[in-house]
Amino acid sequence: LALYFQSGEREEKCIIEDVPSDTLVIGNYKVQRWDIHKQEFLESAPGLGMFVTVTTPDGEVLLSKLYGPQGTFSFTSYLSGEHAICFQSNSTRLVAFAGSKLRIHLDIRVGEHFLDESVVQAKDKVNEVNIRLEHLIEQIHHISKEQNYEREREEKFRKTSEETNSNILWWAVVQTGILISIGIWQIKSLRDFFISKKLV
Amino acid sequence: AVLLALLALRAGGTELTFELPDSAKQCFHQELERGLKFTLDYQVITGGHYDVDCYVEDPNGRTIYKETKKQYDSFPHHTEVKGVYTFCFSNEFSTFSHKTVYFDFQVGDEPPILPDMSNRVTALTQMESACVTIHEALNTVIDSQTHYRLREAQDRSRAEDLNGRVSYWSVGETLILFVVSIGQVMLLKSFFTEKRPGSSRAGT
Repeated sequence: LALYFQSGEREEKCIIEDVPSDTLVIGNYKVQRWDIHKQEFLESAPGLGMFVTVTTPDGEVLLSKLYGPQGTFSFTSYLSGEHAICFQSNSTRLVAFAGSKLRIHLDIRVGEHFLDESVVQAKDKVNEVNIRLEHLIEQIHHISKEQNYEREREEKFRKTSEETNSNILWWAVVQTGILISIGIWQIKSLRDFFISKKLV
Repeated sequence: AVLLALLALRAGGTELTFELPDSAKQCFHQELERGLKFTLDYQVITGGHYDVDCYVEDPNGRTIYKETKKQYDSFPHHTEVKGVYTFCFSNEFSTFSHKTVYFDFQVGDEPPILPDMSNRVTALTQMESACVTIHEALNTVIDSQTHYRLREAQDRSRAEDLNGRVSYWSVGETLILFVVSIGQVMLLKSFFTEKRPGSSRAGT
């Protein structure tokens, strides 16, 4: 696991994944805790776990589980949109502990299934090609799903732009109408006022 | 570990989208060997003026890349030192807009799709060369899709901001119109209204 970032002990860090519906998302993580005495990150801290929470675009919780210091989680989205994958350690120590931090290694894969290489190599040549072709077909289906989702988003975007355009036009007309009618009202009101005060 | 290495049909790398709160900084680290090529692409998707500060440091603490208020950029680099490389995104210049940042950190060269393609003696079979072509084409598709997805997300975010701002401005301006015009008439009337009783009749 290559990439890592720092996090406070009780801090929640979230990653956003914008995925189409029916997409499998697999995540791999490893967490290490800073040891004050040894002044380095422990390879495996006993009892350290990670709460992984996945939220759908509607705010519904799709996955909420406690994993160990190292783990793999996966979920399949049933809605299209921005899913939030949040990590929080189960550390119950008080936040006042100065210098305590966590290092979280993370790797997230979207739309891919594990290709079991050992199965591929065990069979003969024809089946190897078969399996790779199946994997390819699966990936192409994912591309197609992503493109459909992109089309949906672009449509929403276009609707927003057109709505803005017609909003501006409508408000301009309404405001001109208000301006004219208020102007007329002002003049009328003042004229009546001056007449009643016998100044005109 | 073997499974993960083989999963990487692309070269090893990570792409993540995260939210960067205002006045915050988020750093990512990766341990790299010497003589590797890596590329860091990043883009700001939502928030404020859609810009962010970014800097990359090598294991010796030397800054190898530093940009302020960039909307998107691509930074390729060949590592000279083995160790932990750090790249950070900073939103410290902004006091109220939190940003959503996407980055893609690709490491190393693409491993050849066929296990021993480089030390082959015979030519590739038609099937194999077709596979290589498909693989390269799919990689282009991935890059293309990512580019369009990010652009669309950013433009949609701007359009939604614009729509909101137009609504607020319209309502606000209408209110101000009413307040000012009625206020003007009231004020003018008050100039000609005497406070002493009886004197308003003496118009002649």
